[in-house]
This record gives sequence, C-alpha cells and structure tokens, in this order.
Amino acid sequence: MRTALFWVFSISAVASALGVVGNLRSPINSALSLVVSMLALAGLYVLLEAQFVGLIQVMVYAGAIVVLFLFVIMLLNLRGSGTRGAELQPIMKAIGSLVVFGSTLWLVRTLAADRAPWPDVDAGFGTTRAMGEALYTDYVLSVQVAGVLLLAGIVAAVVLAKKKVD
Amino acid sequence: MGDISPFHFQVVAALIFMIGVLGVLTRRNMIVVFMCIELMLNAANLSLLGFSREIGNDQGQILAFMVMVVAAVEVAVGLAIIISLVRNRDTMDIEDVSQLKW
Repeated sequence: MRTALFWVFSISAVASALGVVGNLRSPINSALSLVVSMLALAGLYVLLEAQFVGLIQVMVYAGAIVVLFLFVIMLLNLRGSGTRGAELQPIMKAIGSLVVFGSTLWLVRTLAADRAPWPDVDAGFGTTRAMGEALYTDYVLSVQVAGVLLLAGIVAAVVLAKKKVD
Repeated sequence: MGDISPFHFQVVAALIFMIGVLGVLTRRNMIVVFMCIELMLNAANLSLLGFSREIGNDQGQILAFMVMVVAAVEVAVGLAIIISLVRNRDTMDIEDVSQLKW
C-alpha cells in the first residue's frame, strides 16, 4: 500500500513539476500544475511520518501561496506568456534537459548502493502534538523570530505594492 | 515501507529540484521563474524530511516548518516586487529587468 502510494505521489509530483516549467501558454496553467505538485508532495511528507508538516503544506502552499500567485496573475491581467519573443530557445531547452536528466542519472547511480533501512520511530513521531511541544519549548525563540519575520514581510509587501511611493 | 528506501525520496527531491533549476534558468516569465523557486524550496523540504525520517529524529521537521514560514514571507514580498515592477515597466519579461546584471 505504502509502496503504491509512494509511486503515485512521486510520479504526480514530478510530472506536475514538469508541467510548471514546460507550460508555455499561460502562467495560470503553471500555477494550477503547482497546486498538484504541492498536494502530491504533502502526500509524500505524510508517508515520511511528517503529518504536521504535510498538513501545513496543504494549508500554506496549496491553500495560500498558490492562491496568491493566481491572484497576482489575474490582477496583472496577463495574456499569453506575457513576454516578448520566444519563451525558450531550443538550445537552452536541450542543454537544460541534458543537465537535469544527466545529473539525476548520476545521482541515482551514485546513491543506488545506499539502501539504508528505515529505523523504528515511536507513534508520536511528527504528529501535531510532538511538533507543538518541540516548537513551544526547545524552539520557542525560532517561533518568535518567525513571527517578527512574518510581520516584517507583511509591512514590506504593503509598502512595495503601494500605488505611489512617497 | 516495503521496497521503498530513504534513497527513493532523495531521488524524487533531486528530480524536483533540478526541474526547478531548469525552469529558473530557461523561462523568461517572472511569475513562472518565481514558481520554480518555490518548487526548489519544496524539494529541499522533501529532502530534509526524508533524512529526518531516515535517522529517526524529528528536528528536521522543525527545520522544514521554518523553511515554509520563510517561503511564505518570500512569496508575499516577491509578488509585491513583481506587482510594482509590472506597474512601472509594463513587462513580465526578466530580460527587460537586467540593470543589476553586469
């Protein structure tokens, strides 16, 4: 069951990632491919016993970030790919694909010997409870810094997107 | 987990990361380049979670969570920059925004 789920999620994640890059018609199609990729990655996270991170992935990435992308694309009202001239030169396509698949093949060959077994983890591994306890005891300073960072991000986004810079 | 080893997850992460690199290097639409950066961040997260599960330590999941926080801030600020760029220059082409290139 888990093996089948792994293949389903990883193939759809990689295929929709290719869809993000390879879709030359409209950024909206790329954004919709991105949603599929994020959801498939959330499935992979849950397979890795990271339920909490998978949940946050669905809420933050698939829910918020991609909606923000779509919002901006539709706000800017782009037709076509929004660029002048060809989106990709054929030579770049060829070199890029060669680099990607060559380096992946190299990685597969190098790491294929390494077949480490999965260690046993206790039932609470990666649950919301375990994450919450760790975040609010050992990592409470990181949580506070993240809060300040989010506040700075909100202010920066409002200032940058203002109509007139004064 | 049957015949799936931790290595399989790392290969998926590497593939998605390389697809993101390919997109950043070859696409010219700013928003698509930005989405490819998100793909690369997610691939790094998958790699972190895979290693975290492989050594049975959940600190990697905390780090992945922090990466997501930073990614959310980055998207908000980056899209604001794109909005003001498009408003001032009326282009989505990264080739038109190359003053910092030397």
